[in-house]
Amino acid sequence: MTELLIKNGFVFDPINGISGEKMDIAIKNGKIVQRIHERRGKTIDATGLTVMPGGVDIHTHIAGAEVNTGRMLRPEDHIKDVVRKTSMTRSGVGHSIPSTFVTGYRYSKMGYTTIMNPSMPPLEAKHTHEELNDTPMLDKASYPLLGDWWFVLEYLQKGNLEECAKYVAWMMGTSKGYAIKIVNPGGLEAWGFGKNVHSIDDPIPNYCLTPRDIIRGLVKVNKMLNLPHTIHLHTNNLGLPGNYVTTLETMKALEDLSTDGKPVAHITHIQFSSFKGDGWGTMCSAAEDISNYMNNHTHMTLDMGQVIFTDTTTMTADGPFEYTLYELSGHKWVNSDVETETSGGIIPFHYKKKNVVNATQWSIGLEIALMIKDPWKIFLTTDHPNGGPFFAYPKIIAWLTSKKARMATLHNCHKKAQKRSLLPTLDRELSLYELAIMTRAGQAKALGLKDKGHLGVGADADIAIYNINPETQDIARKYKPARRAFSNAAYTVKDGRIVVKDGEVVQHADGRTMWLDVKTAEPVQVDDDMRRRFKEYWTVEFDNYPVMDHYVKVSDPITIKADV
Amino acid sequence: MITLTVLKQLTFPVIAESITPNVFQGKTVEEIAALPLWEGNKQKKLGDIFKVEQTLEETPTITINGNAAEVRRVGSDMKQGEIVVNGNIGMHLGEKMAGGKITVNGNAGQWAGSEMRDGLIEIHGNASDYLGSPYRGSDKGMRGGKIVVDGSVGSDSACYMKGGVIKIRGDSGPFLGFRMKDGAIHVEKNCASRAGANMSGGKIIISGVLEEPMPTFSIDSIKPKVKLDDTEIVQGPFYVFIGDLGDGSTSGKLFVSKANNPHLKDYEKFL
Repeated sequence: MTELLIKNGFVFDPINGISGEKMDIAIKNGKIVQRIHERRGKTIDATGLTVMPGGVDIHTHIAGAEVNTGRMLRPEDHIKDVVRKTSMTRSGVGHSIPSTFVTGYRYSKMGYTTIMNPSMPPLEAKHTHEELNDTPMLDKASYPLLGDWWFVLEYLQKGNLEECAKYVAWMMGTSKGYAIKIVNPGGLEAWGFGKNVHSIDDPIPNYCLTPRDIIRGLVKVNKMLNLPHTIHLHTNNLGLPGNYVTTLETMKALEDLSTDGKPVAHITHIQFSSFKGDGWGTMCSAAEDISNYMNNHTHMTLDMGQVIFTDTTTMTADGPFEYTLYELSGHKWVNSDVETETSGGIIPFHYKKKNVVNATQWSIGLEIALMIKDPWKIFLTTDHPNGGPFFAYPKIIAWLTSKKARMATLHNCHKKAQKRSLLPTLDRELSLYELAIMTRAGQAKALGLKDKGHLGVGADADIAIYNINPETQDIARKYKPARRAFSNAAYTVKDGRIVVKDGEVVQHADGRTMWLDVKTAEPVQVDDDMRRRFKEYWTVEFDNYPVMDHYVKVSDPITIKADV
Repeated sequence: MITLTVLKQLTFPVIAESITPNVFQGKTVEEIAALPLWEGNKQKKLGDIFKVEQTLEETPTITINGNAAEVRRVGSDMKQGEIVVNGNIGMHLGEKMAGGKITVNGNAGQWAGSEMRDGLIEIHGNASDYLGSPYRGSDKGMRGGKIVVDGSVGSDSACYMKGGVIKIRGDSGPFLGFRMKDGAIHVEKNCASRAGANMSGGKIIISGVLEEPMPTFSIDSIKPKVKLDDTEIVQGPFYVFIGDLGDGSTSGKLFVSKANNPHLKDYEKFL
């Protein structure tokens, strides 16, 4: 029985409406409780420190076949950032594609406790879970890529949503997944034949369907199954100039599906989907269009996909987009996972301040985050490692909370990008309360994680304590000490145990793997047709396909009752 | 001058980025002996591996005596001064070097002069593979400076080269100048296959035998001589091949001695 009392800190807990009040937080058996016997447990004196729920990351590529192919592609990336073992931690490498252990340690040092791995081809689910098992310090989950899964496409084509929903429910348990991930709907199926789709109404090769049908169909399926998260969507035409039109069309296509104004879809790394212009020469920001739309609608949530100026590795299931990047840069690349239910590509990329397009991308991410008034609608991510490695989050925090910080960076950017940027006109500086929404509370709410992202009684005791005194410190004017504080949490508490102290890992924690056990009215029967198709088209025997229960080291199934 | 003498037969690699004039500058013998380095997976002090002595001469700045074939990363990030190695030296000699001079009176390990920007490296013995090439996976090739090797070099030398000069007095292994963009290489003796593969600029001069140029190179002309750098002109005549056409480039040039390669005479009919 472990008891812990966090005394006298400035608590920011947006879900419970607490903004910087001096409070004590009591913890017993890994959960937050009303009170404990002060003498029995340990005490953390948090006087003058900021206390927040543990960070939640809704979208970060940290495990799976694609990530691992990226690791193999980039030995030169690892040699820059070698991490030696300590008495407590294991050795590894960092930078853009860190090894699993370093991923866990670095997230924990920033006060993060829950992360979501957003792209798992079901055929590579076992590999993904093997890596998640080896990612310590964090609770984690994975989204299976279902937007271009043949069974989904076929049942949508037949208009049989109920059967489609049953297969998706079966797949959540089979791949031990958490949410429906859709990447470039229709485009990945087309990519198998060397093609792509270019709007949400383009026909998909070999099917009488359009991307619009897939997105709308899966939103309905998501509702029928009562999944905690909405669909998680990577839009068509991502990363191409002028693509904001497609993004807005996608958003509009889902307006009528929302009831009570609740979100029905999460568009991820919105920065990459908000380009205006006819070509790379005229490419500029569509932040105004996107944020105006978002300010007037409630049926979507977004995350930033912020760009960091660094050498990184881009990886996405959007194979055709990665091929476009290869054609632009001529850099080495990998066309991966085309043999699975999706596709994928990996290519190194160096975002430079003196490159107009890169600097504009940097600006777009921040513009959208600042221009959307409600922080519950947009979350902080870099789409790690696509926009930059996750351990650069404190930099983004500085840019969002301090105009001085972002102007200092903008000042070094390409002159043309400076001219195109809307940042000089934006005076908004996020408060710690708003920041807590964008980095934990909002993300937990969007994911439907009831015990995460807040500090109310009954919540998981995942807590981050930062060396920031909101009474005496002005983080907008002096952003550097705050940036340091967010890089090195004073304490990170995971399930009621202190795992990080003063930015150093002091205790190992395994962390759980969350997955959905979707209960349908009758158990889903895998019929002979599916077995036969597996024999004909898949590379593994059907019985070797599912991720068995014993495969997940610390399993945390979440039972969902579906309406089918 | 600081003299470092290897104290024992080394079995494990010693990673010694600290052995450069930049780091030694202004330090006493005791301070130098206390500098950190790694032997295998153990952190040690420089004084544990080397005997450190100081003499009054100004040059060279650092002398290394004994068999240092396991000592790696000597002179990395070096900006000025001079290092003399009397014996063999390990991998990554003069990595990212930006100035000064390194002389090796023996053989050098792999990746000598890797990602070099300026300065001079003279190797009086042989150099191993990856001479002047970047680390695996990287495209940050040599950008400037000069490397002279009296003996032979291994495979994959001068990959991704973007500037500077490499002079090899002996033979070269295969894949010399792979993906080279600029700069000049001179091989005085023979060169193994696939020289200049995927090159898109720069020149490779082969005074000895080249069994055959890559099929993606095409003959352009015969030249009597070619300029290596401002100080040296190499006498020919040479067959001039351009490529690598497989990469859509005609800016890479392969100069192959006419006298030593009579088997390439057939190419003359395409002129």
